[in-house]
This record gives sequence, structure tokens and C-alpha cells, in this order.
Amino acid sequence: MTRVHDMGGRFGDGPINPEPEDAPVFAEDWHARALAVTLAAGFLGQWNIDVSRHARERLSPRDYARFSYYEKWMSGLADLLVEKGVLTRDDLRGVDREAAHRLAARVLRAEAVQDALARGGPADRPSNVAVRFETGQAVRTLRPGANRLVNGGHTRLPIYAAGAKGRILRLHGTHVLPDSNAHGLGEAPEPLYAVVFPASELWADSEHPADEVVLDLWQSYLEPA
Amino acid sequence: MACIAWYLCKFASGGKGGVGITGGDVSYHVKETGQGAVLSRRLRLMPHDDHDHPHALLPSEPALRVKALETILTRKGLIDPAALDEIIDTYQNRIGPQNGANVVARAWSDPAFKAALLEDATSVVADLGYYGRQGEHMVVVENTPEQHNMVVCTLCSCYPWPLLGIPPGWYKSDAYRARAVREPRKVLAEFGVALPEGTSVRVWDSTAEVRYLVLPMRPEGTESLSEDELAALVTRDSMIGTGLPKEAS
Repeated sequence: MTRVHDMGGRFGDGPINPEPEDAPVFAEDWHARALAVTLAAGFLGQWNIDVSRHARERLSPRDYARFSYYEKWMSGLADLLVEKGVLTRDDLRGVDREAAHRLAARVLRAEAVQDALARGGPADRPSNVAVRFETGQAVRTLRPGANRLVNGGHTRLPIYAAGAKGRILRLHGTHVLPDSNAHGLGEAPEPLYAVVFPASELWADSEHPADEVVLDLWQSYLEPA
Repeated sequence: MACIAWYLCKFASGGKGGVGITGGDVSYHVKETGQGAVLSRRLRLMPHDDHDHPHALLPSEPALRVKALETILTRKGLIDPAALDEIIDTYQNRIGPQNGANVVARAWSDPAFKAALLEDATSVVADLGYYGRQGEHMVVVENTPEQHNMVVCTLCSCYPWPLLGIPPGWYKSDAYRARAVREPRKVLAEFGVALPEGTSVRVWDSTAEVRYLVLPMRPEGTESLSEDELAALVTRDSMIGTGLPKEAS
């Protein structure tokens, strides 16, 4: 049911050891290249952000745990490039072919970078799914928490919040549903809410009776409580 | 040295102390010696548990892995190396926490701006030029004596890039992702922050495309400061909620 990336609330990770605020943005030069290669490859238009997140989540638990952050990005990207037919396994093996690539016309050029980054990729869309909940209303998240369209598929309901009772804090509008969009099943936009949960609803030993956790959750993750 | 794959010949020869290279079913170790590189070869059934993951075909050493992928994509005309330089320059030098600090300082100085920011942050910060990738849907949450806000992404690393830049390593760490939602006060203590008993903590887990920025409380004794002077007090961590602004000097 769970995947290794879904780690909210997990025990055993130890101290955080934050680096100072003036630490370099990229600790290693290859971190910067990894980020840039990933973004540039994304602009080829062969996948969306939900697909790329799911590619990292599908790394084996062993790889996910031992890879550093940008290693996950690189490995997810390599897997996706092959899965989407952009590269072949032979390409990754280094078998060199000079033939022109069918997607070369889509390459992100240096002069287009500023506009492309500034444009972003908004996730709100018009939707014909009626808004079901109002601010302040009590709701409960589905349990088990899981993608209901694809077994083992991408979802954004963390396991720690499955089956929990909270209340609607605000409506964000109607947004692309990752559970569908990550699997080529369409954007399926629906209402997205910020839902607030008492910490005591989520944890056996919460730190303070007044503490809360807020999650952004799609309407189909929720039922009236 | 023998050529394993063209991209490795190009990039594996300059390293210090040797590098491990994994190619498909076979792993190699390239060792620098006084006599030049010596290639030893040992067979390995598979480098990973999952036999189907194409990434295992790339070199396992991370810097080589990135270089290999960049080189393959460049030779096929699918990425422009100059575009990579431009992306890196953007996030290394142009977009960072100073953007968020300007927004916070303005909110501290201008009540009408603050009210608009809390009502509809996306359009308000876009008017200041702060919009773009990973900041398409912004919400600003205000710290008060009664409530402290703190932001995390337990599932990945969601973060408001146009206002804070690329997230720091700790924000993306397993420890922060795992613990921030369950024991925020212990996490805050590791950042040197202790909250009064009467202050509740609200942790925002960024599970959708909405990005959160914390509006910290304005430090005492700053009534006479200009907006620029105020911005200098705003730390990155104070806008994530794991820190507080600097005191006025």
C-alpha cells in the first residue's frame, strides 16, 4: 500500500543538522547540473510534474533510501526517458548513434529559459465537479489511503493522514488530480481544499493539545464526517 | 585505458582516487595508479534489486551519472548546455530568499499590502515580479503570539521557488520530512527556536501545487527601520517557519 517516499511521521531518522543559511545553493556542481538537466528535459513536453514525481517514487525502496536527493532526480529522469521512448536502453549504455532525434526541435534554448521558468505551470483548471464541502465542515480522509484508479499508483494523501478526521480550512479552487494525471488518465480537475487536523488525531503522542497539521487534499480523498 | 562506453572514456579519466562505474550487468572499477588507470573487471549479476530500472545502465557514481545523461541528451540535440547554465545562474544568483524577504518587509511596513497578501498572495507577489515555476499558487500564513506556522513537504520537496529559491538540503532530508509533522517542537529546538507554552504550532504539509510562505512576526524595536533595513532581518528559515527573524541591532 505504501511507497518509501511517504515518510511523514516516521520514527528513527535522527537529528536534522541544518546547514547554515549562507551555505551554497548547490553543495556540489553536479547537483546544479542534475537540477538543470531535469528541468530542461521536462521542457521536451513528454511528461507532466505528476509523472515525474511518480518516477522518483517508483525507485526501489533500497535505491530511494541510499540515493541522495539529486541522485533520485537523475535516476527518475533516466527511467522516464526510456519509459517515454525519448531514449533507448542502448542510448543509456552509451551505444552511440548520431541520427537526428525526433524531439530535437523542442529543445529548450538558452534564450528561452527565463520565459519558460517565469511562465511556470499552474495546476488550476475549470472543472465541472461540484464543490461538496464548505469551510469549517468536518471531513474524514479515505482509509486505506491509496490511488483508486491505478493499484500502487501516485497519490498525494500521505498514509499518516489516512482515515483521519479534520475540518475544511479553505477551498483552493479546482486543481488537476495527480492520481489521474500521473498515469496518462487525464487531468480530471476537482476541488482542492486545505484541511486542518488536530495533531492528536494523527499521532499517538502529540506534543501539544493545540497543535495542528494542515494538508492540501482533493475532494475525492474526503468524505463527510 | 579500455573504452567501456564513449561517455565514460571522456569523463572517467580525470578523477582522483578512482571511481566505480556500473554499466548494465557488469561493474567496473577504474583505479588511478602511478602507472595510469588500471581497469579491473568483475561480474555482478545485477547492481540493483529491480532488474527493470533503466537508470542502472548509467554509471553509478553520481557526478558521472549526471554527466553521462547530460552528454547523451546534448549529443541528441535534446538539451542545450547553454540553457543549463542559464537555469543554474537563475537559481544560484537571481532567485532566492531575498525575494521573500522583500515581501515580508513590505507586509511589516504596509498594512494594506499585508491584508491583500494574506487574502490573495499569488496575485500580490506576482505584481512584484515574483511568479513562476513552483510558485504558481501561493498562500502566505501569518505567525501570531497564539500560532506559529511551519512548512514541510513530507512526500517530496515542494517549496516556493520564486520567493525562496531552491530548498536547502535539510528541507529535503528524510529527517525533516519524517519528523516535522509529528514533532515540530523538537524540530524547532534543533533550529534553536523555543516557543512560549501558549503558542500552538500549525504545520503545513505541501501535498498539492499550493506553496506556502510564513509571514514571521515583526521583531520588537524596529519601528524606525526602513523597508530595506527590515528585509535584512528576515531570514530564509523564518519564512519556512523553522527560524525567527534577526533582532534589530
